[in-house]
Amino acid sequence: MKALRILIRSIRDSFKSVFRNFSLSMASIACTTVTLILVGIALFLSYNVREVTTNLEKELTIVVYLKKDTKEEEKVAIQNDLELMKSADHIVESYKLKTSEEWKAEMKKESDALESTLDYLETNPLLDSIIVKVTDVKELAPTAEKLRKYEYVSSASYGEGMIENILGIFDAISFGTVAIVVALVLVTAFLINNTIKLTIFARSEEIEIMRLVGASNTAIKLPFLFEGFILGVLGSILPIVISIYGYILLFDKSGGYVFTKIITLTKPFPFVLYVSGFLLVIGSLVGMVGSYRAVRKYLKI
Amino acid sequence: MKLIKVDHAYKVYKNGTTAIADLSVSIDKGEFVFVIGSTGCGKSTLIKMLYREEKPTKGDVIVGGINVAKLRNSKVYKLRRKLGVVFQDFKLLPKLNVYENVAFALESIGLPSDEIRPKVLKAIEAVGLKEKARNLPSELSGGEQQRVAIARAIVNDPKLLICDEPTGNLDHETSKEIMNILNDINKNLGTTIIMATHDKELVNRMKKRVLVIEQGVLASDNMKGSYKVHESLKNSN
Ligand SMILES: Nc1ncnc2c1ncn2[C@@H]1O[C@H](COP(=O)(O)OP(=O)(O)OP(=O)(O)O)[C@@H](O)[C@H]1O
Ligand SMILES: [Mg+2]
Repeated sequence: MKALRILIRSIRDSFKSVFRNFSLSMASIACTTVTLILVGIALFLSYNVREVTTNLEKELTIVVYLKKDTKEEEKVAIQNDLELMKSADHIVESYKLKTSEEWKAEMKKESDALESTLDYLETNPLLDSIIVKVTDVKELAPTAEKLRKYEYVSSASYGEGMIENILGIFDAISFGTVAIVVALVLVTAFLINNTIKLTIFARSEEIEIMRLVGASNTAIKLPFLFEGFILGVLGSILPIVISIYGYILLFDKSGGYVFTKIITLTKPFPFVLYVSGFLLVIGSLVGMVGSYRAVRKYLKI
Repeated sequence: MKLIKVDHAYKVYKNGTTAIADLSVSIDKGEFVFVIGSTGCGKSTLIKMLYREEKPTKGDVIVGGINVAKLRNSKVYKLRRKLGVVFQDFKLLPKLNVYENVAFALESIGLPSDEIRPKVLKAIEAVGLKEKARNLPSELSGGEQQRVAIARAIVNDPKLLICDEPTGNLDHETSKEIMNILNDINKNLGTTIIMATHDKELVNRMKKRVLVIEQGVLASDNMKGSYKVHESLKNSN
């Protein structure tokens, strides 16, 4: 009961203090807000980029075209090698022979123009091929390189460059946002630390008297820790609202896709709720760390 | 039962000043004790050790069964709840009225509000400020402000009331009033009172126990003593 009363009193005091030093509190809240908005953006980006990456990873396919005069034994030989890469080295996820006839049938289905052209030709101009799926993006280049070494392989391609470029761009974006967010979190913690420091100085008389009349150290410190917490929570309100409504809006307006079909946005629910919770936790944590440091440093009791 | 037992206590400040040297004294429950001596002799230092504002460098200071020398910082509040302190500057919170200033002490230690109200009213009445309970400190005279500080010090019924020059900022008449209030508290509530002061006349009039400190050493300890004892002691030396 006593603990509860001290708790309630601390919370009341910290709210009073937030509004008493309103301009100072606003600076901390604003900084928290900006930081958390960026954290939100970083979260959306990195999460959706991870989605992109997994989408791309579904496309870990190398198409190996075999030369026209490839013998049957050679087709068997390359497939045996692929089997080894699959079962022994775990580089290859799967592989499948796709004959020129199969290609032809597929292309004919694609369009009427192609169908008539292919029918017009007496011989099948297409090549036999093997569709190889690797287990990891990193294996694409070395595997393709290996397959090209076969004499009877005409080409082995996987849309080189494109995937790597996309991944590289997203890596850079993620890294950049993480760096900015870390810097901003530090600035925010410092600002809150400073606000609490000034509150402590402003209330030094009160602290002295509390100490004299026998308030416990916890009872003296608690209001300041709560103040940091409250600043953090107040600072996370706007970012939460923005991320919920902003993301839902973006999702609706874009139809769930950005730029190309490979970048698919995650469905808003429950994703935005996780993000909101995360922002709240980060905000209050930064607030508490900031005030804890100030209390440790400036509240000498 | 001894309420206070100072046993060969020393206080050497960080800058090397020896403020108290080998001082031993015992004080019983219910006593009224003056601590006198010239400026800088160590009165405040002795008093600060009693409420653990300073720790003795050597020796023991035991107050209400708590050994101040061994009391951890986080446990100081346990000692403080057994005593009240009053200073020359009244240390009132300017934005709180009389009632709130006194109640602040009890709120700070987490008392429920239904227990706070009767205690605060009783304390304010004991110092004769019932009519001014809603006044801010700035609306009170110096003597009245000191009475608020006394009410705050006794509101939780402490066994011990420690006063460091409580009349130092007050004129003669007002000092007398304050002394009467302290005397009443000592008589009616049985509160032990220790008071450091410079006011000769006041000490002479009260005829209480007087500890004389000279350069950190207990020079004399007289029952029903007076400042004059101190002066004659000085002359005979
Ligand atoms: N925090 C401190 N650090 C260093 N020296 C101190 C400190 N406090 C007091 N002193 C020194 O210790 C000695 C005793 O000081 P103290 O305040 O106890 O004297 P006092 O008897 O209360 O004097 P006064 O009558 O002027 O209030 C003095 O020489 C003083 O300068
Ligand atoms: Mg003094």
